[in-house]
Amino acid sequence: MSDIISIVFIATGILFNLFGCIGLVRLPDVYNRLQSATKCVTLGTCSILLGVLIRFGLVSIGIKALVAIPLLFFSATVAAHALAKGAYRFGIKLGDGSIHDDYKDESPFNKTEE
Amino acid sequence: MLEILLYVQAGLCIFCLYRIIRGPTIADRMVGLDIFGILVVGICAILSILTGRMFILDIGIAWIILSFIGTLTLAKYLENKNLNE
Amino acid sequence: MQRFALFIISYIFWLLLTWSAEPGSIIAGLAVAGLTSVFFGRYFFQNAGKFIQPHRYYWLIIYLFIFTWECIKANFDVAYRVLHPRMPIKPGIVRVRLNLRSPFARTMLANSITMTPGTITVDIVGDNMYVHWIYIVSEDPVEYTREVSGRFENYIKKIFE
Repeated sequence: MSDIISIVFIATGILFNLFGCIGLVRLPDVYNRLQSATKCVTLGTCSILLGVLIRFGLVSIGIKALVAIPLLFFSATVAAHALAKGAYRFGIKLGDGSIHDDYKDESPFNKTEE
Repeated sequence: MLEILLYVQAGLCIFCLYRIIRGPTIADRMVGLDIFGILVVGICAILSILTGRMFILDIGIAWIILSFIGTLTLAKYLENKNLNE
Repeated sequence: MQRFALFIISYIFWLLLTWSAEPGSIIAGLAVAGLTSVFFGRYFFQNAGKFIQPHRYYWLIIYLFIFTWECIKANFDVAYRVLHPRMPIKPGIVRVRLNLRSPFARTMLANSITMTPGTITVDIVGDNMYVHWIYIVSEDPVEYTREVSGRFENYIKKIFE
């Protein structure tokens, strides 16, 4: 029984990973790609790790999978912030369809031109 | 059943490779690399069920931390460069 | 005090990760957690006395449920935008006012915003947070502040401040 539930969790996780990767290929600029990829792939991998936990129960490897979930969560989100900030400071503009940009005033790359 | 899921998960890496090879800017390539790192953790988790060996999940945990440090380093490098210089 | 809190957290982390009751591993964990707290304690929370106030844990559990629900919603949102043939996106960066003071609470709010539907934090400058939003619903600052951070800000204030 726990085998079937764990396979359902893993299959759901891989489905979400698939959505994230399609977004990585289809969406137009780097910030949108970062959005879809970070959200979907992080939650998909968390779901796979939950599948491992259900498959083995609360033994050593299951606890390890449980500990890996918050670790993955924090590292993925902080890496996403760093990448978005780095890309903006590097000078990559928002894509063509963008309608709003408040960060323009703050970024130092406009200040260096003074 | 689990083997098929493993192949699908490994096949998803092709999307990331496409983004790494084609990416118009350097930031796109780094996003692809970051996502590639997270997908490898999923592969490690499935492999640890499939083979029944516990150390493969340890490799996954170490991979999370190393991929995080690598992405952070590259992002900091990118932040201090400027396209217009 | 903050070193002691870091020591407890890293020791619990070690025990969970090894999950064995052998005396050797427990003593090694003590040594490693001690070294970690000596070297990195000053980077940790400013006032760690908040760890022993039980009502924060009550709000933390409620917050976890709400957060998980938002996460799942975010995934279906992304799936809808990605699989739609015309890709309904209207991206842009908006400025959001922050009401939180402590750095740790700000970090948690930024992480939560990254995982909720359609938003990702780019930077925090002073009291302003810059958020990249994949589908901007309105141009009004009050409206989008409520939309972006209003769901979590009260809970995080109760938990971490």
